[in-house]
Amino acid sequence: MVIVRICLLLAALFVVMPAQAQPAKTLTIGITQFPHTLHPTIDSMAATSYIMGLARRPITAYDADWQLICLLCTDLPTLKNGRAEVVEVSKEVGDGTGRGIAVTYTLPPKAAWGDGTPITAADVLFTWEVGRHPQVGISAAELYRRILDIKVVDDKTFTLVMDRVGFTYNSIGDFGLLPAHIEGPAFRDDPAAYRSRTAYDRAPATPGLWFGPYRVTEVSQGAQVVLERNPAWWGPSPAFDRIIVKAVENTAALEANLLAGGVDMIPGELGLAVDQALAFEKRHGSRFAITYKPSLYYEHLEVPVDLPMFADVRVRRALLHAIDRQSIVDQLFGGKLTVATTRVSPLDWIHHPDLKPVAFDPDAARQLLDEAGWTPGSDGIRRNAEGQALSFPLQTTAGNRTRERVQQVLQAQWRQVGVDAQIRNEPARVLFGETMNKRQFKGAMLFAWISSPENVPRSTLHCDEIPTEANAWTGQNYAGWCDPKMDETIDLIEVELDREGRHVLWRRLQEQLMDGMPDLPLFFRSEPFILPLWLKGLRPTGHLNPSTLWVEQWTVEQ
Amino acid sequence: MTRALRRLGQSVLVLLIMSFVIYGLIGLMPGDPVDLMIATLPNITPADIARLRELHGLDLPIWERWWSWLTAALGGDLGNSRLYGAPVESVIAGPLLRSLMLIAASLTIALAVALPIGILAALRPRGVFDTVANLVAFVGLSMPTFWLGIMLIMLFAVTFGWLPAGGVPQTGAGLVETLRHMVLPVATLAVGTVGQYTRYMRAAMIETLNQDYVRTALAKGAGRWRIVLRHALRNALIPVVTVLALDFGMLFSGALITETVFAWPGMGKLIFDAVMGNDYALALAALLLATAVTLLGNALADAAYGWLDPRIRRGSKAP
Repeated sequence: MVIVRICLLLAALFVVMPAQAQPAKTLTIGITQFPHTLHPTIDSMAATSYIMGLARRPITAYDADWQLICLLCTDLPTLKNGRAEVVEVSKEVGDGTGRGIAVTYTLPPKAAWGDGTPITAADVLFTWEVGRHPQVGISAAELYRRILDIKVVDDKTFTLVMDRVGFTYNSIGDFGLLPAHIEGPAFRDDPAAYRSRTAYDRAPATPGLWFGPYRVTEVSQGAQVVLERNPAWWGPSPAFDRIIVKAVENTAALEANLLAGGVDMIPGELGLAVDQALAFEKRHGSRFAITYKPSLYYEHLEVPVDLPMFADVRVRRALLHAIDRQSIVDQLFGGKLTVATTRVSPLDWIHHPDLKPVAFDPDAARQLLDEAGWTPGSDGIRRNAEGQALSFPLQTTAGNRTRERVQQVLQAQWRQVGVDAQIRNEPARVLFGETMNKRQFKGAMLFAWISSPENVPRSTLHCDEIPTEANAWTGQNYAGWCDPKMDETIDLIEVELDREGRHVLWRRLQEQLMDGMPDLPLFFRSEPFILPLWLKGLRPTGHLNPSTLWVEQWTVEQ
Repeated sequence: MTRALRRLGQSVLVLLIMSFVIYGLIGLMPGDPVDLMIATLPNITPADIARLRELHGLDLPIWERWWSWLTAALGGDLGNSRLYGAPVESVIAGPLLRSLMLIAASLTIALAVALPIGILAALRPRGVFDTVANLVAFVGLSMPTFWLGIMLIMLFAVTFGWLPAGGVPQTGAGLVETLRHMVLPVATLAVGTVGQYTRYMRAAMIETLNQDYVRTALAKGAGRWRIVLRHALRNALIPVVTVLALDFGMLFSGALITETVFAWPGMGKLIFDAVMGNDYALALAALLLATAVTLLGNALADAAYGWLDPRIRRGSKAP
């Protein structure tokens, strides 16, 4: 009898078919990362932003057209519509000019937490209190500190007084609203312990934590997050009753899951690399809608410009002339990437259309290196007058297959002009936590920046942002680039409120980038979205705000 | 009793030393959590860094941090996970259960398959069955886990659509659904283990069957199967038990690849993330748990030796 039962059970394991059939109104999304926390502000992870997009809304965000819009406010404050005005502030704060800006937002009248409690200015005040509390451990605390005061106009309207005037005055996408009625007691009891007491991690299925089209109903740590329709959502009704976000870190397994029906789609934000998607498209392209969204991921090379070897701009220009970037894009990435002229994306409105990428020209590279005093030695490697070889490490994150392939091409192409690059990769935590952060690299570093549209490169190019022991290794100017003229342009861009005036300044900055070459631009990455043929309305953004922020626009084609 | 107490004392000492070694090794790795935050936060200030270092206790020397962890742990507080922002025990609970499910199932299957095959192969060394068993064992041992996992997914999930490609069943899923999710990861883990134990069992049995007492028994007319099962098997199992005890701890923490391929978040992945994310409290607790399981496995193996060979229990010496 026992044997019969075992046989029946085994049969049942295989008979339940198909293996991954989902309920009709469920969408399963496969991503390659699982968030460590679902708290909206404590830590920043792409997976957190992606899932939060389904269940929460930032006050403002950049949309798929890269325009700043209101998501949790009725009107985007501007100086023109009177919702923003320049005010006097203490010269002890901000940039020391004594000018700040007061920006007034109104929350949507029907906006409510998932338990029906209205979202009010009290939640805004509470979030500000948590965000700037030194013991909470919010890593991105700068925004909260820049807010000098919050004046409550009424239940739904509040005015933020910012400590400085800048053209991004009305963008507060990082202000992660918290429900005072749920999180208040945990925070006030012991702010230092709030991090480990927050309901976002202890009881993430609490309805009142969420206020998007969906709310989290189940979290299997490390595996998946289940979200269901939020009955308190005030916007257009989303198409699916339930969305499951499943984490499959191994991309080959993720592909298999997609083919087997275990997941319905793989988003570009946290999915396959372009080369993997191209290979997938060749085999299974007809079964899915595959799109490649050009993104603001800026792949580039940084060299320590304060080292004698790289101090001469002719050397840096020669290194770039020697790389056939278009060929790399065509051969390795099926032409889906965009060769970069500078760090400003050609899709950004501030892009300088008259500038063209440095051409692939090995002869020009050789000539520049000759002029810079690096002449070929008997082994083909160039040397300077002191006999020092033009030889340096070429580093990137170990295990990043795409970058490792690019590295090999770079190494071979540089070799053609007498430059010796030795591939020396490190795990991400060592590369970003030590080698780059503490400026220990002596050669070329291959990595990417991701930004929002019209992102001012202060932290990566300004003289004040070079990491040193004295500033506790803060700043992201790893190359050690310092050009007072470029600093001046950056300073002017930040405070120029007039769009046209800013456009002129952005053009100047891009010309300075072309002349000075603080880094070596490679290309702008694309994000491959592999979607089911029946899913419509998903608009990839290509920047930090994920496509899930507009999930209510996703529809099912019958 | 005295022996058990001595054993317990030794285990506690090992755990204590391991806790310091683990803490020290994680601390020696370049790049602490705040260093990594700096890389992703353009506006972070030196004051923020000082604040965050103090908050996470990173401003103290390693030995001081370890001591405060130890005193809290002895009081029952294993601390909070820095990555997950929750008490360590609650973070570990789910992955621990999932790992135990995989390991228990894969070891049971592996032993159930490997031991009979190893015994049968040993009865006629270099015979047809032995050759085929050896070949299969080597194939199992040689196949990379990630490759085998993907192949099984392609076959049973993609091509036939019989089983889920990975992931964990949703809350409230029944036994059948849970088992369906376990089939492929368990099979992947078991294949390599079957090959390994088949080889050990075969070698140990061949050696045992060549002992004088076996030949004597044969000369006295005892049946072949009676000799194998009643006399030789117990002795032949001793080296297998040794390997099994060592493997238990390794399987517990080392199923990382299987867990990653099948999106089955267990202890391997948890330990990897904790170490890479500089989550001292979580890494310590998880690795010490793995150490404790290994020690427990060894203690059970010692007990098993005594059952398999009473001479060991009595502490008598071989002539």
